Amino acid sequence: MNFESKLNDGEFCIPECTECKKIVWPPAEYCNHCFGDVSLKDGPFVGKILEFSRQNQQDFCLVEFENTIRIMAKISQRPEIGQIVKISKCGIVDGSYFFEVN
Amino acid sequence: MNKVGIVGYGITPFTKEDQKIEFVLLDSAKELFRNNSQINRDEIDAVLVSTNNNSKYLSPILSEMTGIQPKIAHSIESLCNSGTNSIVSAYSYIVSGLADMVLVTGAERYDSPGQILEWDNSRGEYKHPIFWASIFTKSYKREFSISDEQLAVVSVKNHKQAKENPNAFSNKTYTVEDVINSKKITEDLRLLDCSRPCTGSASIILASEEKAKQLTDKPIWITGIGQKTTSAGFTKNSSCSYMESTKLASQTALKMSNKNSKDIDVAEIHDAFSVCEPMELESMGFAIEGHGMDMINELHNTNNFKINPRGGLIGSGHPLGATGIAQTIEITQQLQSDAGKRQVDNPNVGLVHNMSAAATSSTVLVLET
Repeated sequence: MNFESKLNDGEFCIPECTECKKIVWPPAEYCNHCFGDVSLKDGPFVGKILEFSRQNQQDFCLVEFENTIRIMAKISQRPEIGQIVKISKCGIVDGSYFFEVN
Repeated sequence: MNKVGIVGYGITPFTKEDQKIEFVLLDSAKELFRNNSQINRDEIDAVLVSTNNNSKYLSPILSEMTGIQPKIAHSIESLCNSGTNSIVSAYSYIVSGLADMVLVTGAERYDSPGQILEWDNSRGEYKHPIFWASIFTKSYKREFSISDEQLAVVSVKNHKQAKENPNAFSNKTYTVEDVINSKKITEDLRLLDCSRPCTGSASIILASEEKAKQLTDKPIWITGIGQKTTSAGFTKNSSCSYMESTKLASQTALKMSNKNSKDIDVAEIHDAFSVCEPMELESMGFAIEGHGMDMINELHNTNNFKINPRGGLIGSGHPLGATGIAQTIEITQQLQSDAGKRQVDNPNVGLVHNMSAAATSSTVLVLET
């Protein structure tokens, strides 16, 4: 299964090159460093909140995983810089990814 | 290397008009040829169209509508900096000898598909530019202890300057209080902090040195070009309070023109949102890190139009494909002392900064008399 198939099933995986072992982000079928094949590391992973804001009482944040991958995610409680979070919900709707962390 | 000069331009008001993109393109090209009857359309070797519109074959269509049969005709898309990318392509065609004279026309409709980068899934459901702008704003305010009220001066200044620009989308002035009390878009962004999508077009003609000197007494020379793309995805930016691609592009452009930021007399910079202006001034070396607002306050308080004299994107509106060309036209007018009430005092060197998708890509041009 590739990254999007797993994400579609609600599972966030980290794509990693089988040859040079670098994380491949954004997710792709081939490594953007050495063009090696990509495999998926299963979670759960812990991320760190780098920044956040809020729209209509809904907080959202920029989260970093494995010192490499950054995503924008929804969060239910007021975030703090440096807060450690895990992905609680993720998926794909109408072709767009969504992430929620807690 | 051959010199490349700007020999003519045409621009029309930025509005919310619901008009076919083909006719939006034609508007400014028609204005250009009406105002520059010395330009022989049979001598135009290339027609480049800058737009994010999904309509096809726009350059041949514009060529046909303007009675030009160019050797080279194609479109260029790079989201918000499509305009300066097109000017760089035109410059390259001339320097290489493939063309002697190039028409560059940029146009966009208010409902441009270029506002959302669908591909950038790392943004999750937060794909609209207001979300990266909110993150930038929060980060900049946090790092340099800047308040919303302090940042609002960018919008106040640029709306004030746009009032002197007959082609600007906005013709109103606002106070800091007006900005703060305008519609809250997110916790960190008010409506008046945002540039507005609109319909508009801008055209420019570039020519080789020999041709430029034949066609105008006051050509404006492009003496520096710098471009840098660091990624496509917003979340790959190394900082949310500094623009790396802008820093690198400006260094390249200034080096090519043998200038430094102190030599720049007037600049149009890409204030897509209020926070962008201080970040860009700092990234390009006009101000030291964290002190961009000091410079902006001083300019505003002394009524000095040096930065974004036409009102920037916030005051003028942001028809994506036309923006970089409109910025270049403004600096051309300034250097030719043709900027009316927006005119800064005796400028000799000007700069254009145009960026895309949360500063993942930047273009900087240096223009001289």
